[in-house]
Amino acid sequence: MNDRPPPPKLPDEHGVPDPMPYMHPIMKANYGKWDWHDRPRPGVLHHVAKSGDEIWTVKAGTTRQMDSFQIHQLCDLADEFCDGFLRFTARSSLEFLCADQSKVDPLIAKLGEAGYPVGGTGNSIAMVSHTQGWLHCDIPGTDASGVTKSLMDIFHKDFISEEMPNRVKVTTSCCQINCGGQGDIAINVQYTKPPRINHDLVSKVCERPSVVARCPVAAIRPAMVNGKPSLEVDEKKCICCGACFAPCPPMQINGKEETRIAVWVGGKHSNARSKPTFHKLVVANLPNNPPRWPEVEAVVRTILSIYKADARDWERVGEWIDRIGWPAFFEKTGFAFTKHHIDTWVGARNSMNHSAHIRF
Amino acid sequence: MNKESLLRSIQDLRNKAVEELKKDEEQARYFTALERLDEIEIQLEAGDAILEFDVQGNAIGNASQQIEEAKKEISEGGNDNMSDMKIHSTDMLDELEKGPWPSFVTALKRLRDSGKSYTPMVNDILGQLEHSYQERLGFWKGGTVSVFGYGGGIIPRFSEVADVYPAAKEFHTLRIMPPAGMHYTTDLLRSMSDIWEEHGSGLIAFHGQSGDIMFQGCTTEQTQPAFDKLNALGFDLGGAGPALRTSMSCVGHARCEMSCYDEAKAMRMIINEYLDEMHRPALPYKFKFKFSGCGNDCVNAIHRSDFAVIGTWRDDIKINQEEVTAYIKEAGRKYFIDSVVTRCPSNAISLNDNDTVEIDNRSCVRCMHCLNVMPKALSPGDDKGASILMGGKRSLKIGDLMGTMIKPFIKLDSDEDYDELVEFAGECIDFFADNALEHERVGETIDRVGLPDFLEALSIDPNPNMIAHPRTSSYVDTSDFDEEAAKYFVKKGEAEAAE
Repeated sequence: MNDRPPPPKLPDEHGVPDPMPYMHPIMKANYGKWDWHDRPRPGVLHHVAKSGDEIWTVKAGTTRQMDSFQIHQLCDLADEFCDGFLRFTARSSLEFLCADQSKVDPLIAKLGEAGYPVGGTGNSIAMVSHTQGWLHCDIPGTDASGVTKSLMDIFHKDFISEEMPNRVKVTTSCCQINCGGQGDIAINVQYTKPPRINHDLVSKVCERPSVVARCPVAAIRPAMVNGKPSLEVDEKKCICCGACFAPCPPMQINGKEETRIAVWVGGKHSNARSKPTFHKLVVANLPNNPPRWPEVEAVVRTILSIYKADARDWERVGEWIDRIGWPAFFEKTGFAFTKHHIDTWVGARNSMNHSAHIRF
Repeated sequence: MNKESLLRSIQDLRNKAVEELKKDEEQARYFTALERLDEIEIQLEAGDAILEFDVQGNAIGNASQQIEEAKKEISEGGNDNMSDMKIHSTDMLDELEKGPWPSFVTALKRLRDSGKSYTPMVNDILGQLEHSYQERLGFWKGGTVSVFGYGGGIIPRFSEVADVYPAAKEFHTLRIMPPAGMHYTTDLLRSMSDIWEEHGSGLIAFHGQSGDIMFQGCTTEQTQPAFDKLNALGFDLGGAGPALRTSMSCVGHARCEMSCYDEAKAMRMIINEYLDEMHRPALPYKFKFKFSGCGNDCVNAIHRSDFAVIGTWRDDIKINQEEVTAYIKEAGRKYFIDSVVTRCPSNAISLNDNDTVEIDNRSCVRCMHCLNVMPKALSPGDDKGASILMGGKRSLKIGDLMGTMIKPFIKLDSDEDYDELVEFAGECIDFFADNALEHERVGETIDRVGLPDFLEALSIDPNPNMIAHPRTSSYVDTSDFDEEAAKYFVKKGEAEAAE
């Protein structure tokens, strides 16, 4: 038995690593003791500590999926201008940390030469928060990386400037689980047909009771099909949510034509002014049209240009609509208001107008 | 090196590449090299290229670096990985290389064209991705891949079209937890990148929506050695499946004046205490913690986590009236009224005749708006801590839920305060493990059993901060109302005595 491989090494379960060894010395020295900040220009934050220490942050957009060349290229810049320290934001932007103000402009110039946009601060359109898509996910209806790249190309000048009424957070998701989260604008897959079942595979691949239990509207039941144990879907009940597809891949929810895209507005995570809100449906049934999704781009452009022109300072998209009202929103944007905009889900009544307050 | 000598070396390299291509047209690396040479020549001619050198004589400028790259592609013969490889066409993906935003397709192509060990894998990944773009369908399926000692943390992906793209047959992801707050040194990033060039595809996503570094593209065989090296570097697997998940904290204490508690400390104490729940998945479904230092909630904790810790304070907002006056002088009084006073959600701020402000701190809801507008003039109070909201999640399967206020205030100052938070987090995980149905998130469990029962199970006193308004439905058994009211007054008396 000499050819048996050596037993694997037991792992060190480090858990979440301590950030201190990787933190910029000025941030470490002033940890928990910051005083105020301002933004000298779009893409740059200037923080002042109670000790009087200062740090300048230069924020750059990335591809999120980064190759080794990019990583080394960005590290070279951080070595040259930031003493080798940087960090990422929750939306995959890179923050270069400069101890010295004189490094800011040369760093921005080098980032520009290397093709990295500097921005995403203040009242800009931040990096789209996105999911995995066709590159890696097992249930995707579209490719979030491609949608994001297409959108960031059109948002580019609003990423590098701060000219929106307030910050704009856009998200995309490749299925209706919506890993991308809430957004001022959300571009999400919308399924339009019940799952197409491969009955030969169901009994081999799926744990049928748990698939039945997974359905939110009890539309799935066990059935014998062609003499094999399988599942069937009551298509009148089915809401095309895709919940059964993950535990049972033979229940294919995606289709070349049937997987569509919907655009939602008014989601907000921050508690500033109004409470956090969910995004609401604007347009559904847009084609899933790679590589540039022009129909989605057109809808998003329309919403943002009207928001930019019409909203007041500090109003997020949802707060702007709260002021002008949904009738004005649909009128100004020119999108249709249909029966599908009226909610039919748990708590739907809370989204109705139970008053005589109307707008003309 | 001057422009002329660079141009000469470009010409030499170009001749070599053309010679090679005459022998065999299928050798993609020479096309790549030629493209690179063309590009750098244009830059040189336009005067756009950088021709700088550091003190050791290393090229900093991209011109000489890129020529070095091209030289490698042409002459070093290290490109056996590419010699008999057929490059898949990427007509649709090529469209995503256009435009001003950096392109993930370009990043993938650089990996494909590197001639490194992962070149065939990335070529087939691009092929499969292009196939997805053409067919508008995904072609990955899950499976089971793990590393020794762990029940989760690897996301297995097997290609359904491996007969056409065999080198992309296995394309697993390692979820690795970053340092809290996502701080990096360049040494660390380079080490990670080098490990992933050796064992994976060279492609790393910073970061997934849960907060993991995603090392994307690994064969089953390379998963264990890749993990061993990352583990030796001090890094650990994150969560996947029905388990405690990787967490995220905002920049907070490290660089933000709004931060009301030590986010990284709270996150590390909780996650590292209950790490077993992450590495050996045994919960009914996922359980996520997220940590934001104030109500701006930069990591989207209230909606995106089962247990959101949001920094806040109990005493008064600190006002620097001189800075307030300076701000109003700069921004204008009308702007101040329209953008600060009338935007206060509880009408708690008012403008005095002498351009100072008065804040009704009992009405203030800690929304952060006026502090955001005037960070130099207004700051959080001194009596700091956090609110805890529970039950946030996305659509599946009863629809979206925002977190519900469960603990309006916990003090977070001393080590004991943080220990109490960790203990409470553990009680919540236990409740979830004991009471949730399979594939049910804690927000759904709370919805199913009702918030009062949840509070009782965790011995939490009801508090009007938990609700938008008291119940409107009369269908409830209130026969023990007096006993409940008596408890309320006892607790209230205790709290007042403690102050």
